[in-house]
Amino acid sequence: MRSAITALGLIAAWELLVWLTDVPAYILPPPSRVAVILVQRADVLLEQAAWTAAEMVLGLALGLVLGAGLAVILAASAGWRRWALPLVIASQAIPVIAIAPLLVLWLGYGMASKVAMAALVIFFPVVSSLYDGLRRTDPEWLELARTMGATPHAVLLRIRLPAALPALASGARIAAAVAPIGAVIGEWVGASAGLGFLMTQSLARGQTPLAFAALFVLCLLGLALHHAVDRVARRLVPWQSFQGD
Amino acid sequence: MLDGHVVADRLSLDFTGGRTTCLLGRSGVGKTSLLRHLAGLLPGTRPVGPVAYMAQRDLLLPWLDVLDNVLLGYRLRGDPAARRAVEPRARALLDEVGLGDRLHHRPQALSGGMRQRVALARTLCEDRPIVLMDEPFAHLDAVTRFDLQDLAARLLAGRTVVLVTHDPLEALRVGHEIRVLSGSPFVVGPAIVPVGDVPRDPAEPALLALQARLIAELRSGP
Repeated sequence: MRSAITALGLIAAWELLVWLTDVPAYILPPPSRVAVILVQRADVLLEQAAWTAAEMVLGLALGLVLGAGLAVILAASAGWRRWALPLVIASQAIPVIAIAPLLVLWLGYGMASKVAMAALVIFFPVVSSLYDGLRRTDPEWLELARTMGATPHAVLLRIRLPAALPALASGARIAAAVAPIGAVIGEWVGASAGLGFLMTQSLARGQTPLAFAALFVLCLLGLALHHAVDRVARRLVPWQSFQGD
Repeated sequence: MLDGHVVADRLSLDFTGGRTTCLLGRSGVGKTSLLRHLAGLLPGTRPVGPVAYMAQRDLLLPWLDVLDNVLLGYRLRGDPAARRAVEPRARALLDEVGLGDRLHHRPQALSGGMRQRVALARTLCEDRPIVLMDEPFAHLDAVTRFDLQDLAARLLAGRTVVLVTHDPLEALRVGHEIRVLSGSPFVVGPAIVPVGDVPRDPAEPALLALQARLIAELRSGP
């Protein structure tokens, strides 16, 4: 409720600013104008939003699976850890934006390069949060398991992994927040569809209100994705209660 | 040796089979290290035999229900047949600790005393001849602690139990034998064998006199 009031207040201030300064619409369109475009061009916006949403969701799924898989491998085997961990960290030293043109070159203008892009930005927060969680198992649980004669495999699967699920959940929340970045950067660099593509196209043609409308839809998509991931994450760790709920 | 610090030197201890021995000592004397040594949890040690270990914290896994927590050892050894075979016993044990109607509750829905009962049932479900207990009731309120001491004394009958505690009354209630640990590096005092069978009645004058003696002994040290 309060956030709705804040949003309405900001929109009103924006409208007032445009009205007072008389800035042209191709520089800063008033929100009322953006709202009109949102309705008028709803078909285009929805079509492009569906495309971007698919890129985000597929990228998120791919990044989560690859990231979680690698974290488990890193935690399970010291040999793999020595080889792979420096690579994982080094890979983060390269800005994703710098790889974007290469991905488009290799995977084409279609959806694949954007999915790869989103997966790439998601990958690291997922690996590092789950790997951290896997290393921070309550040592007394591990001791109890030892006195019970547990196999290392069972300890990983039945104690360390469930105990690390809250960490994976927070990694997934970060991933949901950055997934749109990956998808949109991919679309800026080279695409034939998507909200990012629509934005660059309409800005180039001086259709700034349409770019703002696309931005607004993108914002809604990001919020929806975050909300969905948050719900799944809570279901994943029902034994955890969150302060501030 | 613990972190380069000698906790005990050339220690040799015999525990009477099938009885409960309480190791009584003040905090920091090294009794937990001794117990962890027996459990094979210190670096370079092996367990003294087939042991079940019960710690001060209940260590219940929050994602498993009560019954699955009691069966944890069987889950971790990856033997589904043994797990199925032991399940009726796990249910019976939970009945005995008074939680027969809570089999499918999650640990966080239980009180501290109930959780420690589940931990006791899990320890017994392991069905090992040797049971090592590290101040298992220290966290509980006085009345719950008394109830659990009664319960443990009854259910642990026939096993070789080593129970570490800093509470003289607890040692007197559940221990067939009591040994006082004191000094640094610590020495183990002679076995004290109170009269009567466990769990002993705390109101007994002889017991209270013995408690006063133990407290005096813990205070003075060697």
